[in-house]
Amino acid sequence: MIRQEKMTVVAQVQIATNIFELTLQGQLVQDMTPGQFVHVKVSDTFEPLLRRPISIANVDKEKNEFTMIYRAEGRGTQFLATNREGQIVDVLGPLGNGFPVDAAQPGQTALLVGGGIGVPPLQELSKQLNARGVKTIHVLGFQSEDVCFYEEQFSALGDTYYATVDGSKGTKGFVTTVFDDVKPQFDLFYSCGPMPMLRALEQYYPEKEGYLSFEERMGCGIGACFACVCDTTDKHEKDYVKVCSDGPVFPKGVVAL
Amino acid sequence: MSRINIELPGLDLKNPIMPASGCFGFGREYAQLYDLSKLGAIMIKATTLETRRGNPTPRVAETSAGMLNAIGLQNPGIEKVMGEELKFLEGYDVPIIANVAGTEVADYVEVAERISKAPNVKALELNISCPNVKCGGIQFGTDPQTAKELTQAVKAVSSVPVYVKLSPNVTSIVDIAKAVEEGGADGITMINTLVGMRLDERTGKPVIANGTGGLSGPAVKPVAIRMVYEVYKAVNIPIIGMGGVTCAQDVIDFMSAGASAVAVGTANFVDHFVCPTIIDELPAKLDALGVEHISEIIGRSHR
Ligand SMILES: Cc1cc2nc3c(=O)[nH]c(=O)nc-3n(C[C@H](O)[C@H](O)[C@H](O)COP(=O)(O)OP(=O)(O)OC[C@H]3O[C@@H](n4cnc5c(N)ncnc54)[C@H](O)[C@@H]3O)c2cc1C
Ligand SMILES: Cc1cc2nc3c(=O)[nH]c(=O)nc-3n(C[C@H](O)[C@H](O)[C@H](O)COP(=O)(O)O)c2cc1C
Ligand code: FES
Repeated sequence: MIRQEKMTVVAQVQIATNIFELTLQGQLVQDMTPGQFVHVKVSDTFEPLLRRPISIANVDKEKNEFTMIYRAEGRGTQFLATNREGQIVDVLGPLGNGFPVDAAQPGQTALLVGGGIGVPPLQELSKQLNARGVKTIHVLGFQSEDVCFYEEQFSALGDTYYATVDGSKGTKGFVTTVFDDVKPQFDLFYSCGPMPMLRALEQYYPEKEGYLSFEERMGCGIGACFACVCDTTDKHEKDYVKVCSDGPVFPKGVVAL
Repeated sequence: MSRINIELPGLDLKNPIMPASGCFGFGREYAQLYDLSKLGAIMIKATTLETRRGNPTPRVAETSAGMLNAIGLQNPGIEKVMGEELKFLEGYDVPIIANVAGTEVADYVEVAERISKAPNVKALELNISCPNVKCGGIQFGTDPQTAKELTQAVKAVSSVPVYVKLSPNVTSIVDIAKAVEEGGADGITMINTLVGMRLDERTGKPVIANGTGGLSGPAVKPVAIRMVYEVYKAVNIPIIGMGGVTCAQDVIDFMSAGASAVAVGTANFVDHFVCPTIIDELPAKLDALGVEHISEIIGRSHR
């Protein structure tokens, strides 16, 4: 069920250059699944006006808390970064359809591929896959070492490889460079990151089952305004999909890349 | 007895608040959040004869206290709108205002004739003001004579009252308003979005793939209020006002300027419960103004 809730800030921590981890508490945590997102009102004035879509990175249903990890870049996310413990943040969610954890069977191996601020939703996914007895391999791409985060968390869950554009951490290059080096063996993949990365991944493993999470600029975040549509491939029965309500996660081959 | 009900041609409104076209889809999504029967009416997304794919993305961009959109009238076409979307809305006790768009008189007329026969469609909103499609829409809304002729043609076939949605992107909105009144319009809805552009800071190119987009949200309210004020003085048909409404005070402002009812667009993206919230706040606003019924404030700016 989608709720609009005034959530309480439990913690706000800077975890890398311009990267923040925000922990919020409230009822809507109870309905969250990995890969879903929330639509966050960052200010209670008209500046900035629109909500910001941010992925759910970690869920703790017992404590009624979840975390999101975001890059403070534009005016909205910079505003969000000023929130301190005890303050209130207006959150709409959980929204969209997340990663199908059930698609991986116990005993199988899943490849999780993340790029930049696409990495956060893979954290909760990896936790849930491991809890199900699915082995996970993580390949994470970042611009440079100073914007990397959650190294310990991912390493604790499975083999974790890095690619950075400037070579300051892990392999120099992109996630595909890691595929060439490591030749990971796996049954299916899950991914979230920039479009070129998703495209490369689909081309790299054409025979594998895979699930991709997309980003598009949003208005409503719930499927009403048609801001976030993507064209589909010929294989899909519909001409278009909405990232916010049909996605953000789609089986590979649905969205035209 | 209700203090906030409003009677308009074809429309028996429980309250004067309705979501604006294109900002509420066909209601399904918001129906997950609250009971649509609470609304005065619903203005559904623009409907065309054939399926429309809309414009490439990015289709929206944020601006100071507002946003630009160039959705491009994406909709599934009249067949599906009538067969699926309007059927779904029949489950609620709420009148529907069908936003009708087209590329030429003939398809406006066909959509209007067919959709006006749906049992829950109580009025049409003729969209002659969409700035985001290359042909159809706005050229009907910028020339008084063309606007009048289209209104006449649609009036001749519609089974329900016809409201015409005016564009602010004209030299004299009053001239267009008078023309559609002469053409037989039962009411006016206004304003649609203002054509604008936002540039990407790095590339210097427009953010929206379409180049231009329609500006909406709080930033446009003063323009909308001014236009409602002027049109109210010039015509004798009722006005449904919109443009930047986010709270009950904005509703009071629009009605004071001359609107008989008010639509809420962009604000539905910011506070998804804005319509029911405003409805609940109206009686207290009336108390503060010392007014018994909301209809008493319509046009009070002019008295
Ligand atoms: C489903 C989804 C999940 C996301 N998850 C995360 C996450 O976990 N962490 C994170 O850091 N970022 C995430 N993003 C991207 C994030 O939404 C943008 O970085 C953010 O909206 C930018 O806002 P701003 O205030 O920094 O920038 P501004 O430049 O002020 O933004 C202006 C407008 O453009 C929109 N916009 C700008 N960039 C993007 C983008 N990449 N995607 C969508 N809208 C954008 C904003 O929402 C706003 O409406 C996600 C995006 C989507 C669609
Ligand atoms: C995303 C979006 C889509 C819209 N689509 C339509 C449409 O299909 N038909 C129409 O007549 N107006 C459309 N509009 C205009 C609104 O109905 C309204 O006239 C305008 O946004 C001003 O009101 P606001 O400031 O409250 O949003 C759209 C506006 C937005 C923001
Ligand atoms: S953001 Fe409105 S439909 Fe997806």
